[in-house]
Amino acid sequence: MRRAEIVTAVILGILSIYLMWKSGEAPSWNPDIARFDNIWMIEGEGPGSGFWPFWLSAIMLICSIWIGVNWYRRTSPPSQSEEEFLDGYGRRMLFVVGGGLLGFLILIELAGFYGAILAFMIYYVRFLGRHSWWATLSIAIGLVVTSFFFFDIAMRIVLPKGFSEPLFIPLYDIFL
Amino acid sequence: MDILASLFNGILIALEPINLGLAIIGVIVGLFVGAMPGLGSVNGVAILLPFTFVIQGFTGGATSPMIFLASIYYGAMYGGAISSITLGIPGASTAVATTFDGRPLALAGKAHVALVAAALASFAGGTVSNVMFTAFAPLLATVALSFGDPEVFALMLLAFATFVGLGGDDIPKTIFSICIGLVLATVGFDVVSGEPRLIFFDITGFSHGIRFLVLAIGVYGIGEMLWTINTSRYGSSMSNVDVSARAVIDAIKQFRHAWRGTVIGSLLGFFVGILPAAGATPGSLMAYGVAKLTSRNPSEYGKGSIDGVAAPEAANNSASTGAMLPMMTLGIPGSPTTAVLLAGMVIWGLQPGPLLFTNQPDFVWPLIGSFYISNVIAVLINLAFIPVFLWMLRMPFTILAPLIFVLSLVGTYAAYQDMFDVWLMVFVGVGAFFLRLLDYPVAPAVLAIVLGPIAEPKLRQSLLFSDGDLMIFFNRPIAGPITVIAIVLILLPLFKLIRDKLRQTA
Repeated sequence: MRRAEIVTAVILGILSIYLMWKSGEAPSWNPDIARFDNIWMIEGEGPGSGFWPFWLSAIMLICSIWIGVNWYRRTSPPSQSEEEFLDGYGRRMLFVVGGGLLGFLILIELAGFYGAILAFMIYYVRFLGRHSWWATLSIAIGLVVTSFFFFDIAMRIVLPKGFSEPLFIPLYDIFL
Repeated sequence: MDILASLFNGILIALEPINLGLAIIGVIVGLFVGAMPGLGSVNGVAILLPFTFVIQGFTGGATSPMIFLASIYYGAMYGGAISSITLGIPGASTAVATTFDGRPLALAGKAHVALVAAALASFAGGTVSNVMFTAFAPLLATVALSFGDPEVFALMLLAFATFVGLGGDDIPKTIFSICIGLVLATVGFDVVSGEPRLIFFDITGFSHGIRFLVLAIGVYGIGEMLWTINTSRYGSSMSNVDVSARAVIDAIKQFRHAWRGTVIGSLLGFFVGILPAAGATPGSLMAYGVAKLTSRNPSEYGKGSIDGVAAPEAANNSASTGAMLPMMTLGIPGSPTTAVLLAGMVIWGLQPGPLLFTNQPDFVWPLIGSFYISNVIAVLINLAFIPVFLWMLRMPFTILAPLIFVLSLVGTYAAYQDMFDVWLMVFVGVGAFFLRLLDYPVAPAVLAIVLGPIAEPKLRQSLLFSDGDLMIFFNRPIAGPITVIAIVLILLPLFKLIRDKLRQTA
């Protein structure tokens, strides 16, 4: 945990510097404005567009250094802890659950929301949760049907369908 | 006396069978829409606005359609807390602050206590705001107008200061969290100059900005679930919750411990609600901050404090009525939902403004009467359904967890219909999980991304007005004291540090 604390502080410090750099960016359509011209007061216009994010990012940088100092002085709980940042269980959990979520997102792009919900629920309830096929399919199909009627039909919010789009056209004909 | 007589007549009209029926349906619809992650009162009101023309055709006036929409608004304010507490996903932006303590209570097997506190605090907030609305509507509208840019910025500064000066959390991490929330709120086009800002790697999805709900659902839906799975190792006392009616009655008795948060939320929420461009979300977050700040045990907040549930819930209900005040008396909507309601009023041929109360009493008073009736209906329906909401928590965690993940993804998409937001939400959630492992508080970032888009333009317009002189925040009668209090709160940890050093050396 101690090493993760300082590594995170360094990453957040670099992120703060990047945000300061990015905040000072001039609009591409006006070549007369130099980088960082927008982080000050502009005559007749008040503070420039980069004023607020630049100085906030500067405060973030100071905080990152402060967190580093606390790490060195061992005053914050994570800087005193000798525990692992993520133990074996945590890493495995992140792999199977995080991986499942990533797969869910990719499947939405291909099979649409309803196909992805069906696959994700089967993956999680059946293979991670080890519930029966009967329970798995009842929950997965029930969720898909409820979501379709709530979002697509009642709320008129059309969720992406991917390649399963043609399957829904008869349903739209009936219910809309 | 005139007011009481008008109110009494208004309540009688609101109790007519058609209006009462519409109020009950509206509250139930609102409860359901509010409880659905990603959807809030604005979705319910906007989607059902066309339906009100059918009601108008049937009843022949503007009162019944408006009662229907106002009931949806009320129901949604109650409903937002349900998913915040039971699932850990804010049902709407107005219920984010409820998650801070509602979720820890649910994880400790006390979801019934949190749900009852949320329902009763909402009722109290609604009642207080209704009374204030009835008695002082025109006067309060004038007070709200006296809040210029420096005053609103000072108020925002005070909200941030309450989170910094509370102790408990790591100070540099808290300030970092606030600042990153504020910076993320600036992504997209600058509303003042129109210039693009922080469009990372030229990804077009960033040009519309990072939306508040994307961050909130990411942090509390995905991040919170990963955290729960990691810490509870597939076993949680959440499912031990008592779903009996007796548990609900016991929880009602425990509500007496939440009186302080309820009072703070009811009063502060109403006041923030009437400010133009504020609304229920900043109101609930500020009420949470002030309740924590003034508490004798601020360290209990974020770990399952009943006051921490009551304050934002009282505030969001109170603010929702408060936001109607500038809409009706000045024609200025205080929130997105009231903007839709305002559009409805204009379509029905009403002229919101100072003369509405004198020219259209047959519309105004039944509507105000319906606020009282809807509030009572909402609390009764909510309390009656608490065992049903609790039943969800009895589900095995390996079924509940994927349901929450699915609702988070679908809810984020439904809110803005943009797949970029769904990817970003998951990315934010995983990031929040890692930061939480290292004790970075995430609630201040959520607060900042809500208040940032209000605070920044107010700061810039104030500085433009004063030609860059910061004294504008100190030498005005309302802004001055608020700014000084905010600065004292920000410096409070430093004072504590100096005091501790002096004690050590003595």
